[in-house]
Amino acid sequence: MNDAIIELTNVTKSFGGVVANRNVSLSVPRGRITGLIGPNGSGKTTLFNSIVGYHPIDSGSIRFEGQEISQLRVQEIARLGLLRTFQTTRIYGKMSCLQNMQISIPHRKAGFFDMFAYDRPDVIERAEHLLSFVGLYEKRFLRAGSLSFGQQKLLEFAMALMNEPTVLLLDEPTAGINPTLINGLIDRLKRANAEFGITMLIIEHNMRVIMNMASKIYCLAHGEMLAAGAPEEIQGNQNVVDAYLGAH
Amino acid sequence: MTRTSLHPITIGLLLLVGVAAPLLFPAYTNQIAVLWLMIVFAMTWDTLGGQMGYNSLGNIFFFGAGMYTCAVVQIGLYYDVGMYTSGARTTHIVFTTAQYFTGFAFGVVAAGIMAAILAVATSWVVFGLRGPYFAIGTLGVAVAGAELVASWQWVGAASGISMPVFPGAPQTQKLFFYFLLFALAFVVLLFLRWLYSTNFGMAINAIRDDEEKAEAMGLYTRRYKRTAWTIAAFFLGIAGAIFGNMIGFIDARDIAFPTTTFNIFMILMVLLGGKGTFWGPVVGAVVFHVIKEVTWTYFLGWQFVTLGLLIVIIVVYFQQGIVGWLMEKYPERFGVRAASTEREVRSPAIKLAPHAEGAE
Repeated sequence: MNDAIIELTNVTKSFGGVVANRNVSLSVPRGRITGLIGPNGSGKTTLFNSIVGYHPIDSGSIRFEGQEISQLRVQEIARLGLLRTFQTTRIYGKMSCLQNMQISIPHRKAGFFDMFAYDRPDVIERAEHLLSFVGLYEKRFLRAGSLSFGQQKLLEFAMALMNEPTVLLLDEPTAGINPTLINGLIDRLKRANAEFGITMLIIEHNMRVIMNMASKIYCLAHGEMLAAGAPEEIQGNQNVVDAYLGAH
Repeated sequence: MTRTSLHPITIGLLLLVGVAAPLLFPAYTNQIAVLWLMIVFAMTWDTLGGQMGYNSLGNIFFFGAGMYTCAVVQIGLYYDVGMYTSGARTTHIVFTTAQYFTGFAFGVVAAGIMAAILAVATSWVVFGLRGPYFAIGTLGVAVAGAELVASWQWVGAASGISMPVFPGAPQTQKLFFYFLLFALAFVVLLFLRWLYSTNFGMAINAIRDDEEKAEAMGLYTRRYKRTAWTIAAFFLGIAGAIFGNMIGFIDARDIAFPTTTFNIFMILMVLLGGKGTFWGPVVGAVVFHVIKEVTWTYFLGWQFVTLGLLIVIIVVYFQQGIVGWLMEKYPERFGVRAASTEREVRSPAIKLAPHAEGAE
């Protein structure tokens, strides 16, 4: 797998005496959907936070498109096109959905005077396209904070797309969403992957969802990489089943 | 989408009120002039505290810095500042009309620029802080400013500076400073209306709602915060320059850096009117100023008790403020739309290829 867009080598991160990630290596192939699973507390979100620069790592290397990013800060990494969504949905609650979208344009090349740009018709058009893509077009003038939890997740996903990322890290995109909406969300994630060519790394607890989407799955347990492989291999891996059922 | 400019009728009304007020109530010209100053205070405080969610307790620093910068420029253009402020000086110094207005004009410009420079400089320190730490950190800046100036012999230290005397009749002086403060408030209103309609407004709102999210989305949050702080400082510096000349005598602790009066009034007015709303600070300033003038006139001696009571009442029972409360009650009147009923013909199957030139 030479065309890895994200390459982690022996990443270790500990908080005080607790080692959250120990020598984790992982590679995310370009243009694909990769899954990251593991029981609660296995270090998945810590790994996400390390990748996006939320906290410094103790040792190891994180490369994005060949560039070492483990020393960069959150905003710098986001501007490179590596974007994450949060497990607990985060949107700008007091602003309208449309404004949430408008402010999510990529800031890669934003200069000083771009701070004072007006509502640009192309930005609004694109925001409305994406809002209708996730089914929130009718709610575009509502305050984002007044949406239901599931709708906020969809909005957060649309905001991420608005940012035109190269890679999207999704932390439990289907958690707390009702089963009917989940199918719609899977479909949209797949389409975003296929139509926009966005590479995805997804943390997910819902096995049906992740087995359905990912071409490759990594499984973490107790902060260490337990298994990696195609969905079928992971499903048949006795270690993974044990980790989930608590045999460790 | 927010309008980029005030409605022409609003502009007309503002101008009408601004011009008519001192003509209708000539006895209250100074009080109304201070009201415009209060509006500038409230509006600029709300840029950070309301729109950006950074509660600053140090805005008064820029007011005082502007006031002293203006004084130093006004005096320094024609005399030696140390000699002018010296307590041992026995000569009487009179500024000619030309000297006064030239010095004042340069002083006002210098005050705005100096306040902005100080804002950029302090931003490196204060924006390392968030939440209550930011509030305390900025208060530290204001208190330190006051103490530094109060012990700086060259600018008169604790005995202050007697400003150059206005070359004209008292009535002319009143009107002159009245219209300057009114013009400043008018410009601030127009400018902030425009500013909030740009990306800048959305970005500082985003920082208020969830700064971590804004960072994760790649916003240059530091740049926005620093610019907001600098804009507020610039206008406060100019306000300080004008107010110092209007009062005629400036001193560090009570007039230039009054951390317990003007500094707290700013916040109180915004809370009273409605934090984060455009007209809230204006309404708050008007209501507060009237209450303050009445208590200062009729309950002298009890004015700080009344003030304290007002703070408690606002903070405990009326946090959303007057305009905030109205917006909650009648959202449609403020352009907050409920679920739009129009059904969209646009099909979700629309082609979604990213724009070629991108939404940069």
